[in-house]
Amino acid sequence: MQLALFLIFGVLAVAGAINLLLQRHPINSALSLVVVMMSLAVLYFSLGAEFLAAAQVIVYSGAIMVLFVFVIMLLNAGEEERTTGSKAAYIAGFPGAAAIFCLLSFVFLSERGNLGFAHLGGHLNAAVSNISEISTVLFRDLLLPFEVTSILILVAILGAVVLARKEQ
Amino acid sequence: MPHLSPFLTFLLLSILKILVVFVLTLTAVAYTVLLERKVLGRMQNRWGPSRVGPFGLLQPLADGIKLFLKEDLLPIAAERPLFIAAPMIALVCALVSISVVPFGAPYRIAGVDMFDISDINIGLLVILGITSIGVYGIALSGWSSNNKFALLGSLRATSQMISYELALGLSLVGVVLRAGSLRLRDIVGSQSAHGLLSWNVFGGFQTIAFVIYLLAAYAETNRAPFDLPEAESELVAGYHTEYSSMKFAMFFMAEYANMITVSCVATLLFFGGATSAFGHTFDGFLNNAFFNAVLPIVWFVAKILFFLLLFIWVRATVPRFRYDQLMGFGWKFLLPVAMANILVTALAYSLTSKV
Repeated sequence: MQLALFLIFGVLAVAGAINLLLQRHPINSALSLVVVMMSLAVLYFSLGAEFLAAAQVIVYSGAIMVLFVFVIMLLNAGEEERTTGSKAAYIAGFPGAAAIFCLLSFVFLSERGNLGFAHLGGHLNAAVSNISEISTVLFRDLLLPFEVTSILILVAILGAVVLARKEQ
Repeated sequence: MPHLSPFLTFLLLSILKILVVFVLTLTAVAYTVLLERKVLGRMQNRWGPSRVGPFGLLQPLADGIKLFLKEDLLPIAAERPLFIAAPMIALVCALVSISVVPFGAPYRIAGVDMFDISDINIGLLVILGITSIGVYGIALSGWSSNNKFALLGSLRATSQMISYELALGLSLVGVVLRAGSLRLRDIVGSQSAHGLLSWNVFGGFQTIAFVIYLLAAYAETNRAPFDLPEAESELVAGYHTEYSSMKFAMFFMAEYANMITVSCVATLLFFGGATSAFGHTFDGFLNNAFFNAVLPIVWFVAKILFFLLLFIWVRATVPRFRYDQLMGFGWKFLLPVAMANILVTALAYSLTSKV
């Protein structure tokens, strides 16, 4: 059951990502990205990270992507024009992407023992609540990094307000 | 069912529950429309629908047949796939969130809880998440119709919904703090001790949160006095201007299904869900298996009916907001008050060290 879910939504995520690149209209690309986010949320859920799944849906699909779609709608962005692609993409891009892929798979495969493993659906059966575990880590063990991150976000918000403000 | 494996039992019972809830919800949606027309009619000193069937009771059926048989128009300039997908997204999102709502007291048959479709640890977040996905239906419908009124309506609806979602989410935090869980059954359980007195709206001291939730929920479902997205005097019909036949009906059903969901959440979080208002005072009375299963459902339905009537009453009474007032109210009043409510609640619980 969990394996079937993993396969279906894994394929859906990859298909959404490819569709995101292939679509010519920005709104279709944005919607493909929503599909990717939702499939990732299902994958998190099937791994037992239920809170993460809900946060993924609410924050990414529900808030950030709605703003993307909103901006595309307001700007009324037209269809992109197809180009043959720049030389740099062919010379550096494809080999670079392949190299990163190889490097990542090498690291993950060789360090498999140290990374630990998640057991599909296993965590859902446990009595421990996901939310209390996350909050213990976030608000006790890693409180300082958490607070520093929130200040960083506050600075970013203030910066956005200053940039968007009309000059009086 | 001894000859079925546990998984098969679970699957069959789940399908049964889903079908029953689906049919009941759609019927409830149809009859909420009738209820609204009847009550609005009485409040405006006229009859409302009274011709089809006794007291107009078959009116939803007649409306359904009419909508099915109408011509399904597709504007030539519309963005076809999205134009067709938008009402589906809206309706599906409106109906799916019912699946985490517990309707009655826990009642198990073969290890499967019969009075909710799924009982998960993050039930509340699932409802919030699905609501936030529902925005896409409205946003896309306006854009894909390629019509200025529809686009304006959907822009209004989208910005209104994402603005009020914040106040709505924050108003629920106090309740979650009290229950110490996001599971809806736990939240209901935390209010079941002394009936009316331990409901969050009274004994839980979440009255302010309840008022914020109710106001935000009216905006979230695009209902009066926040029905600017469909303000007929300014925008024809808002985001569903170009829709006809069943596609229009889907938006219409989505709006009423959202009303029911919002009423369910208000009932579960602030009014003790399916528990009795009298607590355990009358536990000895009518105490057998049948009534123990059915009475909680009666309570639940009665509370939802109360909220639906409130929706209709408000629509008949309060005039529409102006758009800048709406935004200012959401961001400058509801949001700070919701945050203050969280701080005060958290402070109170940390001082009494309840957690």
